[in-house]
Amino acid sequence: MNNFQYSRASDIADAIRLLAVDPSAKLIAGGTNLIDLMKENVERPSRLIDISHLPLRDIEETADGGLRIGALVPNSDLAYHPMIEQRYPLLASAILAGASAQLRNMASVGGNLMQRTRCAYFYDTATPCNKRSPGTGCSALDGLNRNHAILGTSRFCIATNPSDMSVALAALGALVHIAGPTGARTVALTDFHRLPDDKPHLDTILGSGEVITAIELPPRGFARNYSYLKIRDRLSYAFALVSVAAALELEGNAISEARLALGGVAHKPWRSLEVEAALRGQAATPDHFGHAADLLLQGATAHSHNGFKIELARRAIVRTLMQATSATPQSQSHKKIA
Amino acid sequence: MNAYVGTPTSRVDGRAKVTGAAKYAGEFAADRLLRGFVVEATIPRGRISRLDTSEALKVKGVVDVLTHAHRPPLADKDDAWKDEVAPEKGSPFRPLYDDRIKFSGQPIALVVAEDWETAKFAASRIRIDYEEEAFATDLESERGKAAKVDQPHKPRGDAVAALARAAVRHEADYVIPSEHHNPMELYATTAVWDGSGRLAIYDKTQGVQNVQKFLCSVFGKKPDDLRVISPYVGGAFGSGLRPQYQVVLATMAALALKRSVRVVLTRRQMYGLGYRPMTIEHVALGASPDGTLDAVTHEAIAVTSCFEDFSRNDTGWGEQLYKSPNSRLSHKLVHLDVATPCDMRAPGAASGVCALECAMDELAVALKLDPIELRLKCYSDRDQSEDLPYTSKQLRQCYARGAEAFGWARRNPAPRSMRDGKELVGWGMATGVWEALQMPVAVRIVLTANGHAEVSCAASDIGTGTYTIVAQVAADALGLPIENISVRLADSTLPQAPVEGGSWMAASSAHAVLGAAEDIRQELARLAKAMPDSPLADLDAAKVTLVDGMIASNDTNGAAVSIADVMHHSKLERIEKEKLNQFAEDKSHARNTHSAVFAEVKVDEQLGVIRVTRVVSAVAAGRILNTKTGRSQIMGGVVWGIGMALHEETLMDHRFGRIMNANIAEYHIPVNADIHDVDVIFVDEPDDRINRLGIKGLGEIGIVGVPAAIANAVYHATGKRIRRFPITLDKLLE
Repeated sequence: MNNFQYSRASDIADAIRLLAVDPSAKLIAGGTNLIDLMKENVERPSRLIDISHLPLRDIEETADGGLRIGALVPNSDLAYHPMIEQRYPLLASAILAGASAQLRNMASVGGNLMQRTRCAYFYDTATPCNKRSPGTGCSALDGLNRNHAILGTSRFCIATNPSDMSVALAALGALVHIAGPTGARTVALTDFHRLPDDKPHLDTILGSGEVITAIELPPRGFARNYSYLKIRDRLSYAFALVSVAAALELEGNAISEARLALGGVAHKPWRSLEVEAALRGQAATPDHFGHAADLLLQGATAHSHNGFKIELARRAIVRTLMQATSATPQSQSHKKIA
Repeated sequence: MNAYVGTPTSRVDGRAKVTGAAKYAGEFAADRLLRGFVVEATIPRGRISRLDTSEALKVKGVVDVLTHAHRPPLADKDDAWKDEVAPEKGSPFRPLYDDRIKFSGQPIALVVAEDWETAKFAASRIRIDYEEEAFATDLESERGKAAKVDQPHKPRGDAVAALARAAVRHEADYVIPSEHHNPMELYATTAVWDGSGRLAIYDKTQGVQNVQKFLCSVFGKKPDDLRVISPYVGGAFGSGLRPQYQVVLATMAALALKRSVRVVLTRRQMYGLGYRPMTIEHVALGASPDGTLDAVTHEAIAVTSCFEDFSRNDTGWGEQLYKSPNSRLSHKLVHLDVATPCDMRAPGAASGVCALECAMDELAVALKLDPIELRLKCYSDRDQSEDLPYTSKQLRQCYARGAEAFGWARRNPAPRSMRDGKELVGWGMATGVWEALQMPVAVRIVLTANGHAEVSCAASDIGTGTYTIVAQVAADALGLPIENISVRLADSTLPQAPVEGGSWMAASSAHAVLGAAEDIRQELARLAKAMPDSPLADLDAAKVTLVDGMIASNDTNGAAVSIADVMHHSKLERIEKEKLNQFAEDKSHARNTHSAVFAEVKVDEQLGVIRVTRVVSAVAAGRILNTKTGRSQIMGGVVWGIGMALHEETLMDHRFGRIMNANIAEYHIPVNADIHDVDVIFVDEPDDRINRLGIKGLGEIGIVGVPAAIANAVYHATGKRIRRFPITLDKLLE
């Protein structure tokens, strides 16, 4: 671990100011990922700016009937919040599919968006990794890449984003509120995380000195027909090989609105408006879901060990959409797949 | 009197463990305690060309950085580095000995500082240059270089010819990856300097006397200079049989700096210790159409390091289980640029029996026989390797009781024939076998006039329940309530014990307790007879029992004297007896434990997700000393077997020769969600030949057979035979 300075931000403006003057400073809230990375010498911040006490813990209704969630709301509090359970159960389910109870208690919503890939090479400072040390090369390309991305990869990086929560947020059309040195801005969650292209060291579009202040959920919650299905190598406490967030609005058996996002397959939650548009007006049948899966997985490429993910994702998409259709969402406590 | 032996007595150390009162090696305090942090090599083979510690030494709080170029003297002969369980062939690893790098993760420096964070930070300031050399770490690509080690078994008959003429044959490779023990407690040593040059070394180990002798030999110390203590061990499973490098480093630093030093490894560093070696197990079986086995060949090709030949008995287990006139077994090693493997729960058997029992299942399918029926047809009442009968072998009862509890009779033998909604249901079974070994152990009992006894022995309790069973046996033998027995273990100054391993400690320590208690009883009887007007005056000293604090005649006349009275009359505050228990060598019988394991899996047909919904393990292991700790032992083995079948795999990138999942987030072991019903059955197995109490030991048998039972169940569910472990869902989607 590196030596670092510690500052306690007095308010958001102070956090922005502290960040802006020291490009190698990092914000810390729950620390569930950052501290691990510091212990492995992967992250070597010069300064930790503690924001954990700032007043960003509210969950409140917005004027248009959505919800605004403060960036420091713990993952557990969010998953078990009555308004989330009732109106956005897809989000609650995705959060509970991730990590462990202890980690969810510590992890903040903003921190969840900022967690870094679990690529083994990223974690091991003795191996080349473009994300950790730009220009050194990607060890995963021809290495142990069973857990790696099949969509949106580049020759510089095939890492995945490990978040479950973000996959549900992408499907729900969430917005990210950001404050920075030049004022506030709002971006769609699907635009918040980047594809690796030739700059895999950049996970998000967050600029220098910028701070996530809140997540906003639009009014539409898909509380009836939804499911989050996470496929992994053991039945709990493992990152997704493939995960699917699916949400539908149905008129009879016809799809009037569809949302579909994938986790574990790309550098960001993978969602396609085109695929969702194609589902609209269709009957909710395995065939149509299979077509949607094929469309969403178009361009998927396999590396030496992760080719299985393409077929697995296809099957998981169909299954999750069927779970959503029948209003029998995947339970995160009982591990039998509905 | 058996008030305790055979009962589900709760662990005597349970409260201390759950309240935190039990102290582990890295928790002992000392004045001015220094902390050491290990720096590891990042290449698998070569030389250190430069090791620059200057920046690290400038860090405030750093006391010293020990390296091969800056350390106290160490023994230079291989023999000095051979502990009691070191492989026979080879040159044991010597930490910080010279500039050679033999495996990635090898310790190459120890930063010693006033606190751990400072030591860790300073470690990142050390600059190392290497002269790298070509290396190899991949067993499969180096398979052609496999060299035979001494065969544990003579070939019987002509297995090659028998195979060639067999009506039904099955032959396949089963690949079992390297696996790491991952005990919850990290390897740790606190070496306490007493100011006079002597050290009290609190170490995580399975054998304090082994470590003590090893350290004396490595550092040229006298036995009184170094005392090794290890009262509690948070899991070891074989990884603590040999002295680990952190005890050498902590001792080295304490001797060099004349201060107390603690070294605790990180989880990543734990992957630089021993492990279950990857093996390619080639099994070929030949049978006649009725299921009579005619030939068994089993060849294991295993990883070892370039500097030691570590090998175990992977292939001999068929000799115990299945009658076959022809057999040929061989064990080969491939020397790679990796750390030396070591024993891991049921070493050899966990891997070898997995392959054998998968192969038997495949043979049963080929023969269209029920897997149990095939095993009963081939059932061997004798150990064929030495052609010996068993002291006891109730494996038939294991099959019968296990099958009944599991409901095996309701199994439809056709693969993919049973389902539960979207899940395919599979039922599989396998046999387990392990040794029932016994080793010399000495125990001292001090009986005090207040009716309390202290029982002490250098043996470790690695979480298996040794404290508890020693207390149970002592309480019964001395006729005292278990609350009046205190047990001291795992201090090198206590009576002799070997490393705790091989499932031998329960039988060995229990009989040492019996021996010492017997001497106490005789002494009490002698004193009781000598008392004025003793009701036992005319009694044969051999015919008394200690019960309820009394010395009582075995006759029905009811004559008895209180132990307290005897000791009071004899003006004795304490009676102390120490006894070394040597088991008479008996080569006339084979000694083994057995099990039959039944597993139910449910596999999502579309997604390949596997759930092990039920396991029944029926175990024949002689008399069970403690049905509660015994059941826990078997359950733990079953859980581990589930992990071996579905989860565990040490992943190495052979381009770097580095382990890439050296943490317990990415090295998967089962979590609670992976474990459902586990039913443990102890089959009655009286054995009056093996030892007085009829005990065999339970440490290993619980895991053996479990991976195969699950693999066979996965085949029954899906029709897919996965011979490369672990069985992950991608292999079912292929």
